[in-house]
Amino acid sequence: MQGYNEEDYLLLSGIQHFNFCRRQWALIHIEQQWEENVRTIEGNHLHRKADQPMIREKRGDKLVVRALPVHSRELGITGICDVVEFVRDPLGVPLAGEEGTYLPFPVEYKRGKPKRNDSDHAQLVAQVMCLEEMLVCEISKGYFYYDEIKHRVEVIITASDRERVRASLQEMRHYFERNHTPKAKAGPHCQSCSLQHICVPEILNKKSVSSFIESRIAE
Amino acid sequence: MKKLLNTLFVTMPDTYLSLDGENIVVKQEESILARYPLHNLEAVCTFGYSGVSPGLMGACATRNIDLTFMTRSGRFLARVTGESRGNVVLRKEQYRISDDDRRSARVARNMIIGKIYNHKWILERATRDHQLRIDMDRMKKVSASLTEIMKQVREVEELDILRGLEGTAAVQYNSVFDELILQQKDDFYFHGRHKRPPLDNVNALLSFAYTLLSNDMKSALEAVGLDAYVGFLHRDRPGRESLALDVMEELRGVYADRFVLSLINKKLIHGTGFYRKENGSVMMDDDTRKIVLKAWQERKQDKIIHPYLNEKMSWGLVPYSQALLLARHIRGDLDEYPPFLWK
Repeated sequence: MQGYNEEDYLLLSGIQHFNFCRRQWALIHIEQQWEENVRTIEGNHLHRKADQPMIREKRGDKLVVRALPVHSRELGITGICDVVEFVRDPLGVPLAGEEGTYLPFPVEYKRGKPKRNDSDHAQLVAQVMCLEEMLVCEISKGYFYYDEIKHRVEVIITASDRERVRASLQEMRHYFERNHTPKAKAGPHCQSCSLQHICVPEILNKKSVSSFIESRIAE
Repeated sequence: MKKLLNTLFVTMPDTYLSLDGENIVVKQEESILARYPLHNLEAVCTFGYSGVSPGLMGACATRNIDLTFMTRSGRFLARVTGESRGNVVLRKEQYRISDDDRRSARVARNMIIGKIYNHKWILERATRDHQLRIDMDRMKKVSASLTEIMKQVREVEELDILRGLEGTAAVQYNSVFDELILQQKDDFYFHGRHKRPPLDNVNALLSFAYTLLSNDMKSALEAVGLDAYVGFLHRDRPGRESLALDVMEELRGVYADRFVLSLINKKLIHGTGFYRKENGSVMMDDDTRKIVLKAWQERKQDKIIHPYLNEKMSWGLVPYSQALLLARHIRGDLDEYPPFLWK
């Protein structure tokens, strides 16, 4: 199978940043800028629970694995699933060291409550695509677990979801190879962005620096 | 704009700083003098021989708290920087510009425009506020010539010519700087700039204020991912933070000079707070240094509206905002570097 080399993999978590804002993604993944805010710290705290790779639970027909590293050679991405549940299913695939056949379903932990935008959605789709490739199976759904409502929400993964992820990744790779940080439109979403102090979205709407200087000198 | 946090200045020479949970603990001998939560700090600056525990160094590095060691006279010794600072793509572009004289000149000339503009308006403000005390003709003449030089600087594409114009403007400004000192003229006068060592009280104060400013500038540049040691106007020299010196040019007058002048004119400091060494060099005593640092910290909290960003922020964030704007210009978001033009 053709695909990307490991060293060229993009981070799966970036898809969520990218769908939130192309510029935010570039600042984090190309320019390595990061700044914590309340939301990111809440996120870290939430993931402390999920991020325990040594815990592996068996509950009846379910095998629950935490912090599972995944990748897709075809898509050229790598990342970590918060939780993957393997459910015994006659249509599933055999797992090393386990009896019977299983189907995997990723569970992504999110702070807050279900959101209207789909920037999180694509991340789950990408996890599904990674798991499908690694385990050679087909996965129809995944879950979000929302911290605030302490509840999980089922997400059906469609063919067009997968297509959208492929398209996003292609665009990301295009920027990544050119080391290019795109300019993006400032909007209400900037208020919740942890990088607003680094990005300074306002400057993208400002008048040119030349005219600023010229008018000042002329005073 | 981000929030300005506090800087902890440690001026007592025989103190030791260590980490206790999320706090920084200041010790002398075995007794604990003070304790500050780390999350309120953005920088720790020690003068003298204070030791710092490795644990605290690590904690500062991971939290991006700038930890700097200075000599008692305020000369920079060393700093601790964590790994999260830096931006390869940005830095490579910075180096490309630095290697190209013409591109360097186009960025550096805006910094010099900022410097001259701010000097000009310091003089203009003085003529407005103190008409009866100041030689108006002389001031107006210098101000007009600064405007002329600024216009020439705007067109410069060669670094050497830029340096020449900058020097001419500096001579003009320095020639009337003494007029801005309105109080305690017997103890505080300015007959020219000399720094190694400073030979009078005013030069000692200026040197100290420039050190504080350059320290803030260095941290700000590193915080946005730039390399403080690779400049456009100042040439590379090992150990010299050329870019910090470049960006500082536009802030010297408006940030440091005005600060020093207000210390003198408001009589916050006095001639008795300085002593002269055998070789003529002048140093300030510990009490004076404390007053200066306290005033510096207070000044940083004052609010202004940034002339280009049009955003309310504290003075203390000006170095950061300029570093950020420079980074955004280098990465192609802005057509030019917008200097801090303060009136």
